[in-house]
Amino acid sequence: MGLRMIVTVKQVPDTHNVTGEAMKEDGTVNRAALPAIFNPEDLNALEAALALKESVGGTVTCISMGPPQATAVLKECLYRGADDVMLVSDRRFAGADTLATSYALACAIRTVGNYDLIFCGRQAIDGDTAQVGPQIAEKLEINQLTGVAKVRHADDESITVERTVEDGIEVVRSRYPVLVTVTGSANEPRTASAKLVMTYKNIGKQACEGAYEEAWLEPGVCSAVSHIREWNVESIGADPAACGLSGSPTKVKKIQSVVLTAGESQQVPNTDAGIAGLMRELVEENIVG
Amino acid sequence: MANFYRDNSDIGFMLKTLDLSRVVELKEDGFAERDEFPYAPRDVDDAVDSYDRVLEIVGEIAGGFVAPRAREVDETGATFAAGEVTYPEGIRAAVERLNQADLAGFTLPRKYGGINMPTTVFSAAIEIISRADASLMLVFGLQGLGETISKFGTEDQKRRHLPRFARGEVVGSMALTEPDSGSDLQSVMMRAAQDGNGVWRLNGVKRFITNGCGRISLVMARSEDGSSGGRGLSLFIYERDEHMKIRRIEHKLGITGSPTCELQFNDAPAELLGRRKFGLVKYTIYLMNGARLAVAAQAVGIAEAAYREAYAYAGDRVQFKKPVREFTVIGEMLTDMRVAIEAGRALVYETSRIVDIKEGLEDRVERHPELARDLKDECKRYERLASLFTPITKCYATEMANKVCYDAIQVHGGVGFTREFNVERHYRDARITNIYEGTTQLQVVAALGGIIGGVVSERLGEYEEEYDLTSLGALLARVQGFRTRLEAAVSHLKETGDAAYQEYHATRLVNLAADVINSYLLCILARSSARKRAVAELYTAKAAGRIDAALAAIRSDDRSFFTCSGRVLDTDEEVN
Repeated sequence: MGLRMIVTVKQVPDTHNVTGEAMKEDGTVNRAALPAIFNPEDLNALEAALALKESVGGTVTCISMGPPQATAVLKECLYRGADDVMLVSDRRFAGADTLATSYALACAIRTVGNYDLIFCGRQAIDGDTAQVGPQIAEKLEINQLTGVAKVRHADDESITVERTVEDGIEVVRSRYPVLVTVTGSANEPRTASAKLVMTYKNIGKQACEGAYEEAWLEPGVCSAVSHIREWNVESIGADPAACGLSGSPTKVKKIQSVVLTAGESQQVPNTDAGIAGLMRELVEENIVG
Repeated sequence: MANFYRDNSDIGFMLKTLDLSRVVELKEDGFAERDEFPYAPRDVDDAVDSYDRVLEIVGEIAGGFVAPRAREVDETGATFAAGEVTYPEGIRAAVERLNQADLAGFTLPRKYGGINMPTTVFSAAIEIISRADASLMLVFGLQGLGETISKFGTEDQKRRHLPRFARGEVVGSMALTEPDSGSDLQSVMMRAAQDGNGVWRLNGVKRFITNGCGRISLVMARSEDGSSGGRGLSLFIYERDEHMKIRRIEHKLGITGSPTCELQFNDAPAELLGRRKFGLVKYTIYLMNGARLAVAAQAVGIAEAAYREAYAYAGDRVQFKKPVREFTVIGEMLTDMRVAIEAGRALVYETSRIVDIKEGLEDRVERHPELARDLKDECKRYERLASLFTPITKCYATEMANKVCYDAIQVHGGVGFTREFNVERHYRDARITNIYEGTTQLQVVAALGGIIGGVVSERLGEYEEEYDLTSLGALLARVQGFRTRLEAAVSHLKETGDAAYQEYHATRLVNLAADVINSYLLCILARSSARKRAVAELYTAKAAGRIDAALAAIRSDDRSFFTCSGRVLDTDEEVN
């Protein structure tokens, strides 16, 4: 039977590779200046799932919420060995904060149903909130293992992982179902497979209605074998009021570009007296306490 | 992360500019596999798009995974203990990556699990991999073993072996060389005899066997008792068992990540590949020609790596208040390096395309015997071209790589001589390319007959007919002048009718031919790019002097080598 795994993935602007003005005059993100990429830690999440598919057996389903262009990351999932992918896309999802995003993704995951493991990247490089994974777990009322730096072991019943905590690592085991958020150090994601790239490079997306049938690997049905399934608000049974901007309590007041500049520099001699002096200064200024 | 395909626009340019439609049509034979395999192409454009995407994966692995580990691979090297070889961790991990990406059966047919890429794309992939780590190419580039089984094996042999090659489960070796048979493979001594059950048993020693520790070896052995020449040799598929011992591995100057083994076969059971007595004359020639082209591509990759190091360093290094790159003497070196690499790449791809068309035609005749008569002349023509262009290409590309690496160290100055910088590794790695799979001297001798027979000149005529080069004006006139001089050199050598004199000038003649071919190829590319036109101008400007000098030497009829060298080399004679 094997594990039923779901991976949430996101297309993000490449914040490490800004090619122009990242912000428009009105304070919103200028997506044209930022090439869209696969969120790096989501690749680690996908790799964790694919590695378990190989070692324990099972299937990997990837879900992305985003505009039609986000099919690009779903194709990347297929190129690496995902069995099925779906795009959750609807104008009514636009403007979602983490709460509305996790709501929509939780609805989509429920629609897929029957899962053992959900893998998410720890956080996306555009928001760096690390909230969506935990919020999905809360909404689904399942266990969560966050900030996982290594998957130690998994079998048909449970998964054991290492979490990085402040002063060391924590080894935690959980029964299924469980949601795991993965950090960039968890693994080195594989590249695409030549055969899968050639198989899926021309695949398109198609709106999909009706229940998520078990026969999704059969050609001709609404599946990755023939096309990328596209779901809207109704397909995942979501309440439109809880989606997108209307479902988002977070309101952005202002976005500011903060440039950190070095001020005066101070040379501290590498002696006991020098270090003691520096410490005293830091304590006085309440930087350390 | 660096992608060694995407960051090298010349490779993409070559693939776009080269007309691959013929190659694709032959390779895909009516696109018949598209219903059977979801990853088979629908048409020429779809196939070329797939080539691009496959190379993108190769480039990502090379730039992102292999290159960062190359120094450690070189420092650790392959090791040998208790009869077993251990690959450096970087090589092991890289092979796993390549296998995971379905790249192990690069050129193998789809029905055996391969991805059916043409040789041209394989050459590009080898170049990309070698730029990252030349020693990894010795695993990735040895896919020709599978190809040889695919071409000459029985259906049963193909079914048993090829899917394992395609999955990357088996790494193989070609076990040809022996302690006393290097370039002279006709003198191979390894014995093969059938036991009472009809099973072939191998006995003897093989030396300098790259990946000899791998699962499967193609072993050349003397199957005809009492024979002495090449006709007594057959090729065998040997799967490793307790009947073969690895005696040692070599400690080498370069490509240390690749184990070079000495193997002792003791009654080792093996199966015959193809027909008896065709081991050397047919199968090994095929296998080695593939390997020679692969080594040429490897050399271009190493040269590319060294050039990039030199170019970057010369931009950073400031002396006399300016980057050393801005000094003409260094700028000229860098320009020559880059131009030579691009010429080498053009030659490797052209030869690969010739090989693809030759193989494609042969496959077509095999699949559709009714076409044999129509395709006979073309088959012969491409066979002749492939067997001439392969040694010329290996000769040019590998000598070029050595020169580029030499100059790359020179551009670095003192630091280039230290292990802190990568160029010394490239320099050491390049050094084997003009030795293994047939030394430059062997290539030169192999190419001599074809050039004197007029094959190059005929090909140049085809280029002029096929491509409209008139827009190149003076540049075209210059390369046509080169062709005239090549023909003059050939006719002079022919007129002498002196085989020894011809052989004496073989190196010069092959270099001359390579210069003329490269000039034409760069001119063909110059039609679609102003930058390539500049490359062609630079290449031909330098080639002109070399060509004149070669022709003058050939025409001189100077025989001092024959009259004096014996005396000079004879150390017993006292020097007064």
